[in-house]
Amino acid sequence: MPDVTPSETKAPARDEAQIAVRGLTLAYGDYVVQRDLDFSVKRGSIFIVMGGSGCGKSTVLRAMIGLVEPVKGEVLYSGESFWKADAAERERMTRGFGVLYQQGALFSSMTLAENIGLPLEEYTDLSAQEIREVAALKLALVGLKGFEDFYPSEISGGMLKRAALARAMALDPDILFFDEPSAGLDPLSSRRLDELILELRDSLGATVVIVTHELASIFAIGDDSVFLDAASKTQIATGNPRELRDHAENETVRAFLRRGETA
Amino acid sequence: MAAIPQAHAPERLSLARSPEGELVLTLAGSWRLADGIPARDEIEQALAASPAPTRLRFDARALAEWDTGLLAFLSGVGDAAAARKVAVDASGLPDGARRLLALASAVPEQKGARRDETRPNFLARLGESAIDVAGDLRDELAFLGEVALAFGRLATGRARWRRSDFWLTVQETGIEALPIVSLISFLVGVILAFVGAIQLQQFGASIFVANLVAIGMTREMGAMMTAVIMAGRTGAAFAAQLGTMRVSEEIDALKTMGFPPMDFLVLPRMLALMLMMPLLAIYANVLGMLGGAVIGVFMLDLGPSEYWHQTTSSIGIQSFAAGMIKAVVFGVLVALAGCLRGMQSGRSASAVGAAATSAVVTAIVFIIVSDSILTVIYDLIGL
Repeated sequence: MPDVTPSETKAPARDEAQIAVRGLTLAYGDYVVQRDLDFSVKRGSIFIVMGGSGCGKSTVLRAMIGLVEPVKGEVLYSGESFWKADAAERERMTRGFGVLYQQGALFSSMTLAENIGLPLEEYTDLSAQEIREVAALKLALVGLKGFEDFYPSEISGGMLKRAALARAMALDPDILFFDEPSAGLDPLSSRRLDELILELRDSLGATVVIVTHELASIFAIGDDSVFLDAASKTQIATGNPRELRDHAENETVRAFLRRGETA
Repeated sequence: MAAIPQAHAPERLSLARSPEGELVLTLAGSWRLADGIPARDEIEQALAASPAPTRLRFDARALAEWDTGLLAFLSGVGDAAAARKVAVDASGLPDGARRLLALASAVPEQKGARRDETRPNFLARLGESAIDVAGDLRDELAFLGEVALAFGRLATGRARWRRSDFWLTVQETGIEALPIVSLISFLVGVILAFVGAIQLQQFGASIFVANLVAIGMTREMGAMMTAVIMAGRTGAAFAAQLGTMRVSEEIDALKTMGFPPMDFLVLPRMLALMLMMPLLAIYANVLGMLGGAVIGVFMLDLGPSEYWHQTTSSIGIQSFAAGMIKAVVFGVLVALAGCLRGMQSGRSASAVGAAATSAVVTAIVFIIVSDSILTVIYDLIGL
């Protein structure tokens, strides 16, 4: 596969920070997970949150989508504070998110079409027939044409991730969040999912935030990144992952990004 | 220096002190796990002996086959030597064993990795459990409050839930529970009739078995037995469903999609059980009276029409209402216990199991406690 450089394929309003994380500190009780995080995600870019296992990457994502309340600091969406907003405002912001959970999190009691149709039923005035058509289209977009009436338990892990992606895209979100998208996938399926993410970003113009430790994905699709360190419990590098690999000053970051290379 | 006496199988392990003051451990024969791991007492004694050995060396030329058994033994010996600050020369060991031992000692023990095993004293434990109980109570009240808010949203038509979930739960909790409810209530009726018959026969008042069964079922046993069955059947199922949805992040997904889990998951379950519990209780009453009638007619030789008349004349609308109120309350409590424990469940398979168990226990406690409270209230208001 040719080296993809998405930073040059994308045009509009790239400099605007769509998400800004300011001084974010997260803790479970007294146990601090990460502290003083500070990074910005540009509109239309693919942003990687990376770091070793257990460094709190997923918790950071959960704070960004409103599932874990930070102890300190804030998350701004287009300049608006998420955690200081009232419930209704927060819900409005959340509606602009599409989230792909680590295990897919499709509703096991519903078919794929019903899973995708659920947010459409609630937030649009489409008829049942139209909703089914939209669901079929979303499934076709992720390569699952014809699987409308399957239950999540009846399809493979890779298909599950794709179906979950279709549901995340149901309402054409501004921001797509991915929690370890390649977890449990073979390298080929993982690569195909990366390509799909890239394609969707380019065609939908969505901003993408990915939590991952998968080097292949990080280099293939990441425009920008933040590196979380488990030992110091804070970020130790930000920037383009490929540049970080070649020029990072921090030893841990370089070692992480160069692992598996013969050089 | 003289060789230290050999207590353990001499062909496997022997200890000697070389003229240079080294401790030489001679390993021989088979060192498999199945052969057992010898105690290290002698070696520790030898290490502690004065003058201290200059170093510990191994002679494994006669060693036959070995596996983890040898490694576990040597690892312990290594730790003992390190504690005595005696240098270890592993060069006499087989290559593979040496490399594995090096691997095992490559990463030093993490500070704090070992759990503190000391038990807090009795007062501390008592205090902690009291705090836990208070915390549980607070969680339960908070949950109750959220359920009330969800019902408020339902009343004003702003709740986000699916009617189809409600009907599915109605089917699962109602129609599909009929066989078990039939069996249990029929038998409860039979038991009531038997117990009553033995006493009433002594007064020649067998016919009052009909009254006993009718009133016992409608006021008490119909609703309570149905509730206990539902606690085991449906309460546990609710807890397991919701707990599993937490494990698989489905509840997180609902939240980010803007569906409050309270509306979407708890509301339909509560409503379904509130509706189905009284209906099942009515059904249980009928089956229980049928069971009583079978005993009355076939064993006490009461006339069927006589029994029927006695039954219908003994239960009034008051007894029926008393039973129905209990059934609705039990329905709410069973659903509440199941949903509460499910939503509180941790994110692991064992946590889901614990949630299901806890749901049943909580529901049964709720049922019995509320039943006694209601019975006292009925007595006070004369229902």
